[in-house]
Amino acid sequence: MLLVEDEANIAEAIRFILTRDGWRVSHLADGAEVLALVRRERPDLVILDHMLPGMSGLEILTALRAEPATRALPVMMLTARGRDREAAERAGADRFMSKPFSNAEILAEVRAMMGR
Amino acid sequence: MQFNLLVAACLAYVIILFVVAFMVERRAQHGRLGWLRSPLVYTLSLSIYCTAWTFYGAVGYAARSGLEYLTIYFGPTLVFIGWWWILRKLVRIGRQYRVTSIADLISSRYGKSNTLGVIVTLIAVIATTPYIALQLQSVVLAFGVFATGTPDGVTPPDAASTAIWVAAGLAVFTVLFGTRNLDAREQHHGIVTAIAVEAVVKLVALVAVGAFVVWGIAGGVGQVLARIDAAQLSAWQVQPGRWAGLIALSAMAVITLPRMFQVMVVENDDEGHLARASWAFPAYLMLMSLFIVPIAVIGLERLPPGSNPDMFVLTLPLAEGQGGLAMLAFLGGFSSATSMVIVESIALATMISNHIVIPLWLRLRPAAAGQGEDLRGVVLMARRLAIGGVLALGYGYYQVSGGSAALASIGLIAFLGVAQVLPAMIGGLFWRGATRLGAILGLGTGFAIWAFTSFLPSFGPGAVLSRAVFAEGLFGLHWLRPYGLFGTQAMDPMMHALFWSLVLNALAFCLGSLLSFPGPVERLQGAAFVKVFDGAVGPQRWARGQAEPEALLTMAQRILGEEVALALFQSAAREQGKEGYLPDPTPAFLDALEARLSGSVGAATAHAMISQLVGRATVTVEELMAVASESAHIMEHSAQLEAREAELTRTAGALREANEKLTQLSVQKDAFLSQISHELRTPMTSIRAFSEILTEGDLPPDQVAKYGRIIHDEAKRLTRLLDDLLDLSVLETGTVQLNLGLASLQQMLDTALTAAQQTRPERTFIVQRDLPSEAIYLRTDADRLTQVFINLVSNARKYCDAARPELRIGVRQRAGRVMVDVVDNGTGIPKGSQALIFEKFARLTDANRAGGAGLGLAICREIMANLGGSIVYLPGQGGAAFRVTLPLRLEKAAA
Repeated sequence: MLLVEDEANIAEAIRFILTRDGWRVSHLADGAEVLALVRRERPDLVILDHMLPGMSGLEILTALRAEPATRALPVMMLTARGRDREAAERAGADRFMSKPFSNAEILAEVRAMMGR
Repeated sequence: MQFNLLVAACLAYVIILFVVAFMVERRAQHGRLGWLRSPLVYTLSLSIYCTAWTFYGAVGYAARSGLEYLTIYFGPTLVFIGWWWILRKLVRIGRQYRVTSIADLISSRYGKSNTLGVIVTLIAVIATTPYIALQLQSVVLAFGVFATGTPDGVTPPDAASTAIWVAAGLAVFTVLFGTRNLDAREQHHGIVTAIAVEAVVKLVALVAVGAFVVWGIAGGVGQVLARIDAAQLSAWQVQPGRWAGLIALSAMAVITLPRMFQVMVVENDDEGHLARASWAFPAYLMLMSLFIVPIAVIGLERLPPGSNPDMFVLTLPLAEGQGGLAMLAFLGGFSSATSMVIVESIALATMISNHIVIPLWLRLRPAAAGQGEDLRGVVLMARRLAIGGVLALGYGYYQVSGGSAALASIGLIAFLGVAQVLPAMIGGLFWRGATRLGAILGLGTGFAIWAFTSFLPSFGPGAVLSRAVFAEGLFGLHWLRPYGLFGTQAMDPMMHALFWSLVLNALAFCLGSLLSFPGPVERLQGAAFVKVFDGAVGPQRWARGQAEPEALLTMAQRILGEEVALALFQSAAREQGKEGYLPDPTPAFLDALEARLSGSVGAATAHAMISQLVGRATVTVEELMAVASESAHIMEHSAQLEAREAELTRTAGALREANEKLTQLSVQKDAFLSQISHELRTPMTSIRAFSEILTEGDLPPDQVAKYGRIIHDEAKRLTRLLDDLLDLSVLETGTVQLNLGLASLQQMLDTALTAAQQTRPERTFIVQRDLPSEAIYLRTDADRLTQVFINLVSNARKYCDAARPELRIGVRQRAGRVMVDVVDNGTGIPKGSQALIFEKFARLTDANRAGGAGLGLAICREIMANLGGSIVYLPGQGGAAFRVTLPLRLEKAAA
């Protein structure tokens, strides 16, 4: 799965939790490179931060949903601002989590999305 | 008398002048001119009309040609008595349109044409070269008089090296005082006052010699009159034709001589001074000419035959054993020569730099017009070189002409040369139909005929013009002889040149004007000049241009200097109801800017520079309409409407800006809460996630340590954010406790530079500082002020994107306030964002977060407000630039 998060520490934490649970996680900090990487590596799930340099999480999500190949790709959005939820759901996010979250929570959500 | 003593007296005299000029400049800088701007000083400065030609030459003239010398004073007397008709208009136009020289006047009147500026400049330079040579010659002759009377064996240097020393000395003095700064109005109070002092010295000297001759030698007025009667002098006939010609010539010259134009129009502080000068200046001339005839008659009688009558003023007292009086007379002559040369070379240098050097410079480096390079250095250097050049030309003429001709005849040649400008000038002031083509034709014709019939022959037959040309005419055409144009034989050469050059000049000017059609700018300028007293027709107006205010500011800074330009732009912006330094390029603003710039570089160049930025050199239909409708009524009405419209525009501008600000603020208020939420949640997320991981245990120790450190760092970040927020809130509500004390600005800057090195320590910055200017003790809160500096320097370290980053810190003091500019050489902040950067969380890019939450500049702004100062963004400095302004001594507020 692909994790897009520009705060290095948060990225490190999520990566640790998911890797320990047996997932293979690649990480990007810059929004602009996401679309190319998704096309190339075809991840099973994308965890997308809301505020990113280069291209915002919402923009990436809209672009993903516009392409037939990634229209159904499961996407989880993270945000540090409460009121972004509506916009994220309208853009087609499958799950939405606001920071700070508990490790168990995020793990449970990922498992649920991957059907485990 | 010892030659060394004489040289010492000259040097002492020059030093006194220097001190006078220096002190007046100092007073002028502080705006304390007082009586130095009185009609008296103005009148005395006009006396540069009386050069060494008057001082020495008039006596020689009287000895050779009787009362004819008086014609040279009748002309100016008539002009000044009739000041109401011509001089008043000239001075009004000069002041209203900030005319910098006679070339500027002509160029400006005929559609700001630089071609005309160049022509007039060339005529002026060529015509006054003999005149400057004349001054050098008179000083050299005067030294010679003393040298021959040296019994104690001090051999004086020969004439040529005396001339070179005098020319070089005058060049240095003129450069020192004439080109110290670029004044907006091209005024030199120091020089004018020094000239006034010289005027007094030469009057006192000449009157003293005269009094000595009348009462000391001749034995009273009755005796003198009897001797004048007996002398040959009275037998000389008045020649009505020649007299009328010379009176007209001197009347024309007094208006058109570059130095007279400089003191009469450019240096004029108050139009009212003219009224006083209208009788005081003729009175001065009368006093100067009062004793000429007695000195000439007694000189002819007493001195051995063959002695040079041009030097009677010196040789008479010497022959009578009056060494002191001779010395005074020598200083009088020296004054006459130096004052003329100084003002003349300043006037010529202004023309050369404004009409030849700067336009060439701008043409050769067109790209430079919009960039930050300072043009003032170029202008000043051009003027300095021009002054040197003008004096070198004068010296050259002196060498070539052999210094042999009588003083008076050289003077007349120069008079006639500059008088060629008169038809174009008077035509331009009174006749709206006068056109550029007419002016060019008239000037060209007059100049060519003058050169051929008067200037070139003055070098002597066989020097420039061959003997054959004198005898057979140019190309062997009999009617093209220098002294017999078109077969006119019997005329005296001077009158011949005067008649043909001015008649054909005027004819060409009128015909050219009648046969050509004035361009649009020319029509407007013509109307503005001819109707200057009606006040209804303004000068040429700019239509609302596409000029970028920032580019205009950059250009203005190059010419006026950074401080003056910023002040000008700021006040214009305030007038439009805007804050900051960038007013809208309205027609009114562009006009004001052009007027200000033309005070420094001349109308044609200023116009060209603004056109370049506004992107348009033609005139709009509106402007043509404005010319067509001349009815005073319509003009008055439209002026009222315009005033009302300007008022409305100003109010609307202020409202628009206020509204934009409010809208932005309300958006920001919302954004603020959401931002705080984001900024708090981000570190909390890391803390929570890692603390959960740590609680679960089961980790290798090095990872435990790493995660512990992350938690620690993020907790610190959280604390810092809260500190900043609290700081800001305390500062905003004004409840902050200031810790006032005396502190060194230099130390604060040192501390700030050191502290800021923690930000991106891998970057090396070149820091430019001017330590002496920083040696100021401020009464303020040193910690808070340092905090501001740290912030500015850190920001530069963070965001400056230059490959070789540089940081310049400039300190200036004015009126009890200190300004500290912090400028880097990056791309700066885009115009649209300049108003936002001081708002909370207004970090422009996310690229370099480097730990800040975007509160730094907001805190700086609040700190400066609490310290009684301000911090603003300075546009147009070639990088991000901030100006911190604060009071030198902050008093504790009542609260």
